[in-house]
Amino acid sequence: MIPKSGPKATTRRGALTTLAGGVAAAGLPLWARYSHAQTAAPIKIGFQVHRTGIGAAYGRWYDRTTQAAVKLINEGGGINGRMVEIIAEDDGTDPKRGAEVVEKFTNQHGCDIGFGTLFSHVVIGSAPRAGELKLPYFVVSEGHHVASGKLNRYTLQPGITDVKSQVQAMAPYVASTLGKKVTMIFPDFAFGHDHRDFFTAAMQAQGGEVLEQIAIPPAETSFTKYFPKIPRETEVLYHVMVGPAVLTFVKELGEFFGGQGPALFGFIDSLEAVAIDSPGLEFLENSYFWEGMCRNAQPGQSAHETAYRAAVGVNEQGASLSDPKDVATYAHMFGCWETLHVVKAGMEASGYAGPQDRAKLIEAVEAMTDIPESLAHPQGAKLFNGRTHQVFGHQNISQVRGGQLVRVHTTSIEDTLYPDEVDYTTQAF
Amino acid sequence: MDLGPYLVLATLEGAVTAAVLALTAVGLSLVFGVMRVVNIAHGEFFMLGAVIAWALAHGLSGHPAVGFAVALVVAPLVVGALAVAADMTILKRLDYDPERTIVATIGLLYIIQQLTLMGYGPDARPVAAPFNTRLAIPWFEKGAEGWQMIWPWGLGTTSYKLAVIAAAVAVLCAVWALMARSRIGLVMRATQSDREMALAFGIPVERVYALVFGLGAGLAALAAVLIVPIQQAHYLMGADPLLLSFVVVIIGGLGSLPGTVVAAVLIGLSDGIISVFFSPTLAKILATLLVGLVLVFRPQGLFGKRGG
Repeated sequence: MIPKSGPKATTRRGALTTLAGGVAAAGLPLWARYSHAQTAAPIKIGFQVHRTGIGAAYGRWYDRTTQAAVKLINEGGGINGRMVEIIAEDDGTDPKRGAEVVEKFTNQHGCDIGFGTLFSHVVIGSAPRAGELKLPYFVVSEGHHVASGKLNRYTLQPGITDVKSQVQAMAPYVASTLGKKVTMIFPDFAFGHDHRDFFTAAMQAQGGEVLEQIAIPPAETSFTKYFPKIPRETEVLYHVMVGPAVLTFVKELGEFFGGQGPALFGFIDSLEAVAIDSPGLEFLENSYFWEGMCRNAQPGQSAHETAYRAAVGVNEQGASLSDPKDVATYAHMFGCWETLHVVKAGMEASGYAGPQDRAKLIEAVEAMTDIPESLAHPQGAKLFNGRTHQVFGHQNISQVRGGQLVRVHTTSIEDTLYPDEVDYTTQAF
Repeated sequence: MDLGPYLVLATLEGAVTAAVLALTAVGLSLVFGVMRVVNIAHGEFFMLGAVIAWALAHGLSGHPAVGFAVALVVAPLVVGALAVAADMTILKRLDYDPERTIVATIGLLYIIQQLTLMGYGPDARPVAAPFNTRLAIPWFEKGAEGWQMIWPWGLGTTSYKLAVIAAAVAVLCAVWALMARSRIGLVMRATQSDREMALAFGIPVERVYALVFGLGAGLAALAAVLIVPIQQAHYLMGADPLLLSFVVVIIGGLGSLPGTVVAAVLIGLSDGIISVFFSPTLAKILATLLVGLVLVFRPQGLFGKRGG
């Protein structure tokens, strides 16, 4: 396969038309520039979606959120006067397939950007290829791999915060409210390792200690055999789990402790797409969860969030409007919505007209800083760091009360900041 | 956790694994023993059992026990019928040639898996257990006032897990009775020991083959129905049971029923205990190492007959 820079090869006639168009456009005011016939083709966004594999539940909701965001953007006139078209490809939640999907976006579909990947191992497997193909790659992954400097200038995470900032903001609350002796249970891949490394460090900074770190393979189906490793002196059990078996994981956790045991602090990942009132989960009452965005509608919910909830088809309980048993991955999926709006803002600021402007798009996003709360950013205000390509935002802690997740604490953005580990803007395009 | 409670818990967990594994592996062993077919699609029959159990439990309203009880009967029958159809349309046409049937069952694996993905979807779905009470296990500890009974957290099991173990033992006894005490078992054993001779004595070997393939798949489906309230139904859930069944069948001796059961208990318990004390990865490593050692030093398996 020979990579093509654009969807069409250059011809004499094409070149003349472009030249004439360019001359004409230069004389036009800015607002009229993109109504030109040649750029009326849709902006193609390659959506790398986990339709199958261990990320399928997230994939389903990332897809719905993405479709809802694109509908809103297109109803508002699209981007630079052009409609947005989503080209979705299943990556099977598999890193190798992920890299192939990125290639398909560039070489086969002629996409303007790649977007939407969640699972960190898929991001880490795909990002180098996106960099080689010079495809702006907007991930919605939470992993620290973007801000750590492990990836490249073409990979950005402007719509969701990373694990390092999340756990750093959680540690003071855990240490002061629940206890200082913590045992951690996490999935055994990049995302879980971010939790392990950064929460352990953040807890030490709070004068606490992590007694034991229990890694579980993400495709595991039975969990009781891991739990006896939890030391008796544990005061807080910190759990974060992903994959198709999360319901089994929490159920077995409840059966293991049988109403006794340490306080529980979990990342809602352990329960995403699972109803919190499922039989067997009663033991979660009074336990605490991190939530990126609160699944249950909270009192005083902003008008922006109300509109967002309706647009993505989620009720006040965080489940699908059409099927109350279909619980959303509400704490994460806003990232797709917000990322697409960042892409829109970036393309508008850079006057993005086609793949030749990809570098300008990245520079425009890198120039962003404060992002106020709005319909485009219903989770809340954010701060984007153009050097590390990572966004920072508020985090929520909720407590289970009467089978509802009730928000008890919201961190400030400052709580989540940490020193830069990379400056991607110094890398060449 | 202290050593004592730790060991009790590990043994209980291991016993559940062993029970389900024994059922699945016996099906695989039976198919190999009688038909000399290495059925790579065995894990998918297991998965189908779980998926059908979910469909029935989901479709039938009322107490969860109703759907589960129906699934316990219907799922193995449906999966068995499907396997009989696969035998008659695919394996029979290949003359049960060992190499070609391996390739054919690999194809069957992908067909079943992808059709399930298309129809049932990529999600893991739970099936409610018909009953599920947590049973705490007491422990004795010497305190200041002599021996005391304590109820440490973590030490417990559920009534359903115990029922799974009991059900598996019952089914295995039934399979043994079928093979050793019934006429159809006699016919199967005759076919196993000498196919040509059985044919010469008027045994309808092809029908016996279809029946055995259906029975093997039905046992896998039954094992899955039993485990699905603990593990959830998922379209990729067939891979692990397949691998472990092969481990068990190789260690126990291909085609040997008692060998399979003993090996399942050995692998299940060691998996439980090693996973609890060390790591689940180490348990898998040791099981695979044991397979290697068996293949080198006793290729017919612990209970297999040489050249059998």
